[in-house]
Amino acid sequence: MGVEIRVDGLTKSFGRQVIWEDVTLTLPAGEISVMLGPSGTGKSVFLKTLVGLLKPDRGHCWIGDRDMPHLREHDLYETRKLFGVLFQDGALFGSMNLFDNIAFPLREHTNKSESAVKKIVMEKMEMVGLVGAERKLPGEISGGMRKRAGLARALVLEPEIILCDEPDSGLDPVRTAYLNQLIVDLNAETNATFLIVTHDINTARTVPDNIGLLFRRELVMFGPREMLLSSEEPVVRQFLNARKVGPIGMSEEKDVSELEAEARMGHDPGVLPPIPPQLMPADGRLRAAQRAPGEWLRAHGVTPPAGSFVDEQGRDWLEEWPRYVAERTPVAGGAGGGRP
Amino acid sequence: MTQAPERESETKPSRLAPVADGAVNVIFREPGRFFAMSLDTARAAFKWPFQWQEFLQQAWFIVSVTVAPTIMVAIPFGAILSLQVGNLIRQLGAQSQTGSTAVLAIVREASPIVTALLIAAAAGSAICADLGARKIREEIDAMEVLGINPLHRLVVPRVLACAFVGLFLNGIVSVVGIAGGYIFNVMLQGGTPGAYMSSFSGLAQLPDLYQAEVKALVFGVTAALVASYKGLTASGGPKGVGDAVNQTVVIAAMALFVENFVLSALYFQLVPQKGM
Repeated sequence: MGVEIRVDGLTKSFGRQVIWEDVTLTLPAGEISVMLGPSGTGKSVFLKTLVGLLKPDRGHCWIGDRDMPHLREHDLYETRKLFGVLFQDGALFGSMNLFDNIAFPLREHTNKSESAVKKIVMEKMEMVGLVGAERKLPGEISGGMRKRAGLARALVLEPEIILCDEPDSGLDPVRTAYLNQLIVDLNAETNATFLIVTHDINTARTVPDNIGLLFRRELVMFGPREMLLSSEEPVVRQFLNARKVGPIGMSEEKDVSELEAEARMGHDPGVLPPIPPQLMPADGRLRAAQRAPGEWLRAHGVTPPAGSFVDEQGRDWLEEWPRYVAERTPVAGGAGGGRP
Repeated sequence: MTQAPERESETKPSRLAPVADGAVNVIFREPGRFFAMSLDTARAAFKWPFQWQEFLQQAWFIVSVTVAPTIMVAIPFGAILSLQVGNLIRQLGAQSQTGSTAVLAIVREASPIVTALLIAAAAGSAICADLGARKIREEIDAMEVLGINPLHRLVVPRVLACAFVGLFLNGIVSVVGIAGGYIFNVMLQGGTPGAYMSSFSGLAQLPDLYQAEVKALVFGVTAALVASYKGLTASGGPKGVGDAVNQTVVIAAMALFVENFVLSALYFQLVPQKGM
């Protein structure tokens, strides 16, 4: 079962430059969350602060009863064993081949025999589609392969919290789709808590249970997927729909005159696009954290945009859902897809 | 739904008043962090298990980058000492003492200094470049996240390897330097082999060698620590690593010369000198 992460009033600055201030959010145990934000808003810094690689100026980050920024070194290293982290470029050890890279955590932290190590490593390599590349050095493979190897290494110790820094950047759309499916499947299987930093709007719209958006040195919004996808908040709306119209500008934020000019030109944000159905585990089971489509919207009296929750096959998941749930037994707990 | 969507979105001025970069940073913060890292490294050195493999690899690597340049520097160093001191001594009419002055100069000062320069330049830059490249590729972060202390895993073996190799480099410089001096003196300056050899222990004594070895050990530790610190704090992409390597060589060389002076001064205070 995954672990809850409670972030409370976290503030980070480098010298005079404030990266973000007073970030408060809870990553619910066992759920997939996505952190969005324009380039340079400190999403990676946020990720690194969660694992204690960077010290925040203020605030707490609770993993159970342990506060990451204020742990003693020994406890910090112990707590980090709960984490699997995929870094932006994979962060593989350049002197080791892929097999040794992926086997590294097992050899360091377990007493498994070499044959057991091999079995686990090969299993993970197959999972990320790297079979046959065991003997390659990280310098000899493409960025996408490095990233997948990094993911495999992050997974070998079966962590309870998985943090991914842009798993989809530099990957082609097909591989990204596979990777997204892999994340959902892993979550169904292990119930680990996921936090994914991404720029990929499609990933953000379909994969997570929760979405957060960092902009202008603060957390603009964090909440269930449906809340953000149906939000009229200009920044959220602009970002999640990849529009030019809105407060986010090329450099950072648009100034008043730009916004006025935009209004004069008659640019309006338009209607919200339909909310896509959430990605389901490939083997058809239900994740413990799975929520019924439209649950949040109904609870808050929000009408979804027309055509929401209709998948590529034309099935309307609002109708399909009760039948789908009735057909299968959920993995653990969350019957009917409700939150516990 | 922790955050309300209607948050005021004005740019807030920072409430923080961080310590500015610049002079304060250079004078207090950096040395402070360096010493903090050095202490952590010292602590990590006593943690089990010792990284033998990394130590041997690094020692071998440092040997491979330093031995040839060391010998190449030591030969002309010995020769130039013979030339300078030999001339002076001949004019003073003490030609029979050429050997003893060469030994004194080379063993006591020249070899620790050559060792220091070579360790700072060849080994230090290599260590810094290696760790710096790992740092910017996020390998160090990945290692920490995997629950492994990079100080224990990477820095301790490098520091010990550098110190270990430093000891032997100092020996090489002494031997090659004296051999160079001998060849130059005997073959080119017309000195007598017997006089050169027999005056060897005229002024020099065994503690000279000991203090030279202590110096080499200290230099090795210092250079490796400076290089590791600079490498592990490198930032800003490949250029950052380049800058870090450059700073390593400059800072390590300066630090080693200061240490050399301090250790020499201490040596003269603590060990009685041999008279003629």
